[in-house]
Amino acid sequence: MTNILEVKDLELSFHTFAGEVKAIRGVNFDLQKGETLAIVGESGSGKSVTTKSIMRLLPESSAEYKNGEILFEGRDLTKISEKDMQKIRGKDISMIFQDPMTSLNPTMTIGRQIMEPILKHQKLNKSAARKKTIELLNLVGIPNAENRYKMYPHQFSGGQRQRIVIAIALACNPKVLIADEPTTALDVTIQAQILELMKDIQKKTDTSIIFITHDLGVVANVADRVAVMYGGRIVEIGTVDEIFYNPQHPYTWGLLSSMPSMDLEDQKLYAIPGTPPDLLNPPKGDAFALRSEYAMKIDMERQPPFFKVSDTHYAATWLLHSQAPQVEPPALIIERMKTFKGSRYYVEQTGGTV
Amino acid sequence: MSDNLIEVRNLKQYFNAGKSTEVRAIDDISFTIKRGETFGLVGESGCGKSTTGRTMIRLYDATAGQVLYNGVDVHAPKTKKENHELNRKMQMIFQDPYASLNPRMKVLDIIAEGLDIHGLVKGKTDRKQRVIDLLEIVGLNREHAERYPHEFSGGQRQRIGIARALAVEPEFIIADEPISALDVSIQAQVVNLLKELQEEKGLTYLFIAHDLSMVKYISDRIGVMYFGKLVEVAPADELYRNPMHAYTKSLLSAIPLPDPIYERSRVRHPYNPKDHKYGPDEKVEFREVAPEHFVLCSEKELAEMQATYV
Repeated sequence: MTNILEVKDLELSFHTFAGEVKAIRGVNFDLQKGETLAIVGESGSGKSVTTKSIMRLLPESSAEYKNGEILFEGRDLTKISEKDMQKIRGKDISMIFQDPMTSLNPTMTIGRQIMEPILKHQKLNKSAARKKTIELLNLVGIPNAENRYKMYPHQFSGGQRQRIVIAIALACNPKVLIADEPTTALDVTIQAQILELMKDIQKKTDTSIIFITHDLGVVANVADRVAVMYGGRIVEIGTVDEIFYNPQHPYTWGLLSSMPSMDLEDQKLYAIPGTPPDLLNPPKGDAFALRSEYAMKIDMERQPPFFKVSDTHYAATWLLHSQAPQVEPPALIIERMKTFKGSRYYVEQTGGTV
Repeated sequence: MSDNLIEVRNLKQYFNAGKSTEVRAIDDISFTIKRGETFGLVGESGCGKSTTGRTMIRLYDATAGQVLYNGVDVHAPKTKKENHELNRKMQMIFQDPYASLNPRMKVLDIIAEGLDIHGLVKGKTDRKQRVIDLLEIVGLNREHAERYPHEFSGGQRQRIGIARALAVEPEFIIADEPISALDVSIQAQVVNLLKELQEEKGLTYLFIAHDLSMVKYISDRIGVMYFGKLVEVAPADELYRNPMHAYTKSLLSAIPLPDPIYERSRVRHPYNPKDHKYGPDEKVEFREVAPEHFVLCSEKELAEMQATYV
């Protein structure tokens, strides 16, 4: 597998009146061709900032790349000029935004909006671009594309608008597609349609997708690999099965336990206590330590490095250190681990008897 | 006193009634909410679930039908005093904790507004003490009283909204998507808080949401709405175990669960209202298929459902 995108030691700060907000504090990941990487975390964890920094969409006046690099096909996106970036943005890397109500221009027909990147990046004349636009509308499942092409965003429903936003993002066959909570504003039934559409398109075009969401159900549905972010860092990264069935970081445990499961009855829902850290004064040690019942003394003192769980699975928690005491994860997590080969709670399923 | 705190009878809410732009937001729905229970109302956006909540609390006047609260018609003409009393007993928690708190008022005054209107406190110290008590009930502390809404996070604001609703000691609370705008980890905190308060104070909830997994968790019974109509009402577990209306099945099959192995094999059932193939003289009514389990169906469908019921 080839890496199409590599983010190395990325650090980024915002300069505000209150001081320096360290929004990203050392993020490392790579994206392989044709895979879907989901980034999960609560608001303020830095997941949107990470992707906006890849797209260079952050205000230059206040955002500062402190350290690290973003390598796309060998070029460091943090270093290239804005003019060069414009050739990549919307062509090689494109983005689907969260809110389909505000990410379209209400004064332009949707046809013109989809055509915009095509005319800009591909040397096509207007009629060819028009043809391509109608193809795209068909691809994303807007019926009667020839006529609807001339309509304005307000004439479409929320789900259809999100399809149009996807069509714009796909217009130039991007190598990397960044989807920032693309279904959060939509109903479950529409969400299911959009997710199916994205998977379908990925199969056809072999695009790599970075999918940002806080909905773990959606992650389980779309992702090949998952990165869990907290307090401006990735705290755990692994394949989707490793994260859901063999999670190692207490924050991942908390996230997975706070989702009500469909078959558990009348238990008190697990709630992660407290609130996310203030990144104006990020904590010295493990950012999650203050909210974690598994926190040890060292968590307050030193940031945990990544410990290797498997070739694809890494977690930043001192609990994985060889000198750390062995702790029992929450009951719900143990249930999950029982189904995962290689976890210490794995129970062999012998057919029939449970 | 009967068991039912709320009885909704053939409620209709048409916007622009009689004009060509008529919208039947609620089209003849009936249900009851028992004292002390949580009734969940789910459906897609635009199906009329929020309108139902708002009509019940008389933010809208109903086009037809009745909402009985303790046997009293909410929409019938009443004296000022009766209205006042009813307003105290029914309270609402709104969806958007950013838009539902006045940014120019201190938390103290936001929460105390209801207390002032209903004359529930005497004097300044009593008023403040009451607000502090309420803040502590919802997990905030006394220092927060002197602050403004913008100084709080989404989860904290929703707690303020809950404290405001609780201030006047209501019996019935309509929670209109109270957690949709919150983060997952914070959602669980707010849901747990609502549950604790219900146990302590014996509150009755109407919980409106589109997040079906949370609804199942908090509700005793659930109603599913589709285009202004209630299509199915059943106890929460029963509804998830045994969905009968095609729309409910479709809705349940669309929820992604945090379980990758299950997700790989999940099959979605799209819903098309035409699939019912109702004949012109078939009567589509709300019928009881199993005890406590009601479905909007024709007589023929009823027979089929009862035949396959397990």
